[in-house]
Amino acid sequence: MTLEMTSGVGGAAGESFVPVKIKPIRPREFKRSDIIVLGAAGLAAYCITWILFDQLTLLSGQLGFVLFCVGFFLGLYWVVNRQLFTRQVAVDRFVAALMTLGALAMFIPLLLLVVFVVARGWNLLSAHVFVATQKGVSELSPVGKAGVAHAIVGTLEQVGLAALIGVPAAVLTAIFINEIGGRFTRTIRVVVTAMSGTPAIVAGIFIYAIWIATFHQGYSGFAGALALAVLLLPTVTRGTEEVLKVVHQDLREASIALAAPEWRTVWSVVLPTARSGLVTSVLLGVAVSIGETAPLLMTVFGNKLMNSNPFNGPQAALPLMAYQQIKLPLQADIDLGYTAALVLFLLVFTLFIVARLLAGGRRRTPGFAALRSRIVNSSLGATEIEQDGFADTPIASYPPSTSTDERDQR
Amino acid sequence: MSAGSLPTSGPRPVMVTSRGGGAENLRHEGKMSISVKETSGAAVAKPLLISTRRSPQDRLFRGVSRTAGLTTLLILVLIGLFLALQSRLAFQTMGWAFFTNTGWVTTGPHPQFGVLSALTGTLIISGIAMFVAVPVALACALFINEFAPRQVLGFFPLKNFLTAMVDLMAAVPSIIFGMWGFFVLQPSMKGLSRWLSDYLGFIPFFKTSDTPIYTSSFLIAGTLVGIMVMPIVTSLSREVFSLTPVAEREGAMSLGASRARVIRDVVFPFSKGGMVGAIMLGLGRALGEAIAVAIIISLTFQPSIHVTQAGGNSIAALIAFRFGSGGPIGLSGLLAAGLVLFVITLAINLVAARIVNRSKMGG
Repeated sequence: MTLEMTSGVGGAAGESFVPVKIKPIRPREFKRSDIIVLGAAGLAAYCITWILFDQLTLLSGQLGFVLFCVGFFLGLYWVVNRQLFTRQVAVDRFVAALMTLGALAMFIPLLLLVVFVVARGWNLLSAHVFVATQKGVSELSPVGKAGVAHAIVGTLEQVGLAALIGVPAAVLTAIFINEIGGRFTRTIRVVVTAMSGTPAIVAGIFIYAIWIATFHQGYSGFAGALALAVLLLPTVTRGTEEVLKVVHQDLREASIALAAPEWRTVWSVVLPTARSGLVTSVLLGVAVSIGETAPLLMTVFGNKLMNSNPFNGPQAALPLMAYQQIKLPLQADIDLGYTAALVLFLLVFTLFIVARLLAGGRRRTPGFAALRSRIVNSSLGATEIEQDGFADTPIASYPPSTSTDERDQR
Repeated sequence: MSAGSLPTSGPRPVMVTSRGGGAENLRHEGKMSISVKETSGAAVAKPLLISTRRSPQDRLFRGVSRTAGLTTLLILVLIGLFLALQSRLAFQTMGWAFFTNTGWVTTGPHPQFGVLSALTGTLIISGIAMFVAVPVALACALFINEFAPRQVLGFFPLKNFLTAMVDLMAAVPSIIFGMWGFFVLQPSMKGLSRWLSDYLGFIPFFKTSDTPIYTSSFLIAGTLVGIMVMPIVTSLSREVFSLTPVAEREGAMSLGASRARVIRDVVFPFSKGGMVGAIMLGLGRALGEAIAVAIIISLTFQPSIHVTQAGGNSIAALIAFRFGSGGPIGLSGLLAAGLVLFVITLAINLVAARIVNRSKMGG
C-alpha cells in the first residue's frame, strides 16, 4: 500500500538542516470561496443541461434532467478544483461530492416514496375506514363507503398465525444450533443461511401447490400464514442465533457452576439476557413478512367481505388489497388501495419504531441497525463486528448490569 | 454429540467417573449427578472416563429443541424437494426445450412453454437494478461511514439517524414501492426512455419499435427494483466498511492520505469480499422480486433486450400472473420456473457467503 504525501515534504537535501516552510494542503478545509466554487459548478451544470437537453436534444421528464445535471456538475467540480488546487485536493473534493450525491440519490427517492404514500392516503383515512369493509361497494356507491377493516383483520390474523408457527420453531432451532449442537448443526446453519434469500413468490407457489392444489384445502388465511411462516423461519432463526451468540460465555459457565441444568441455563440465563435482542429480531421478521404480497396472492386470494376465520375461505390482506385495488380503473378503487397501503406502512413503521425502542432504549443491545446487519453479516460469515458509536455495545456484556450502562455514560 | 463441532457450546454438565470402584456421588438438587473419584496413591496415568447423564427435564429440553431444529431443516429441504418433484411433469412434457422455449401455452393438446423469456427478463431486470443500486448504495454507505458528521447542529445524531433510515427503508413493503413506481417513477422516466431511444437508439438495448410506448419497460422495472434493493446493499456494505481496522485507517491518515485515498487504499482492500457479498445478496433480492415487477411490466413472451420497449417478463412476475390458470401442466410449469429461480438465488446466497469467508481468511 503506497501513500502519496499530500503535503509535499521538501526532503532532507544537503547536510545542513534547513527548515522548510510548507504550506499544508487541507482538503477538508472548506472556506467561503469553496462554497462559491461549489455553487458555481452547480449553476454551470444546470445551464449546460438546460442548453443541451431543453434546446438541442429534447429531453422531457425531470429524472433525466437531474441525472445529466448531476453528471455535468461532477465533471465541472473536478475540473475547477483541479485548476485551483492540487490533484489530491481535487480528487478528495470530487469523491466527497460523489458520496454526498450518492446519499442524496439514496434518500431522496425513499423520502419521496414515504411522502407519496402518506400524502395520497392521509386524507382518505377516517374512523369509518377502520370499521367498514368493501361489502356492497360497487361502481355506483358513494365515494368513501368502503373500508379496510377486513384487510386489517386478515393481515393481523395471517401474520399472527405465521408468527405463532414460525417464531417458536425459529427460536428453538436457534437454541439447538447455538446451545446444544449436534451432528446436524452445520447442515442446519448452511440450509438456513441459503434459504433466507428464498424469493417470497417461491414460498407462495410452494404452499399453493402443496396446500391448495394437492390437498385441495382451498384459499384461506391459514395457507397464507404457512407461506409467511416459511419466509419467517430462516430470518428469525438467523437473527436469534446471532443474538444468542453474543450472550457472554461466562454467564453460561456461571450458571453451570451453580449446578443449574441445561434447560434452566437457557431459560433463566441465556434467554433473559438476550431478551431485547430476541424481541427485536422477531419484530424485524414480522415487520418484513407483514408487507409480503406475492405469497398472499396465491394463498389467501383476497376477499371483499369480512372473513375473520383464517381457516376457512379467502381472506383479505392489506398488501394484497393494495395490489388488487390499484389495478382497477376507478379512482375510488385506487384510493382504497392507497388507504390500505398507508395503513400497512403505518403498521410496519410502528413495528419498526417499537423494535428500535426495545433494542436501543436501554442500550443493552446493539441497536436495531447493528442487530440487523449482524443478522445479515452472519450469513456473510462475519461474527465479530466492531463499530463506532453506541452500536458497539455488546448485546450482553458481563457483568450485565454495570458495564454496558457505564459505557453509555461516556 | 460430536465434540468440537460447536465452539460456543452451551453448558454440558458432566459426570466424571474414574476407573475403580467406590465412586461417591454428589447430588445437586437431584437434577444432575456428578461423581468424581480420585485415584489414590501413586499416580497411574489412566485416562478419565467422562460421561454425561442428564436429568429427564434436560433430556426433554434437548429433545424438543433438536426436534425443532430438524423440523426446520426438514421443511426447508422439503421445499426444494417438493418443487423438484412437482415440476417433473413440466420437464417430462417439454424436456430440455423448457429452457429454450419462449411461449407459455400450457393448455390444449400441444402445450408449448418455456422459461427462456422469463429467465432473460429476470436477468435483464436485475442487471439494470444492480446497475442502478450498486453505485448509489456504495456511495451512500461510504457517505454514512466516512463523511457524515456524527452530529449536526450540536444535537442531531445524523449518522445514527441515516443508518436507521436505511434500515427502515429496507423494511418498506414491496407493494408500496410498486405503487410508487407505477404512479410516480414511471411517468417521470418516460422522458428519459424516449430520449435514450431517440438519441442512443443505435445501441441495440435502446432500440424500440416504430410505434414506441415507453412505459411498462424493463428499464423502469429494473430501476424500481434497483431502488428497492438500494437500502439492503447500503446497510450491508456500510456494515462491512465499518469493519475496516481503525489502526490502518489512522495510519494512512497520519501519512497524509486524503479521505479519498483512505477509501481507495484502506477501506476498499479490506472490504472487497464483504462488498461483493453485499452486492450478491442484493442481487438475490432483485432476482426474486415479484410484485413491483408485476405492477410495472406487461407480460410478453418474446425475449427482448430492448430495455426501453414496453413489455417484458420475469420468472417471479410470470408466477404472480399465471398461478391460477393453465391446469396441472401449467402449475407444474410455474413450479419448474420457481425451481429455476430458487436454484439461482440459492446458489447466489451460498456463493456470497463463500466469497466473504474466503476474503476474511485469505485477506
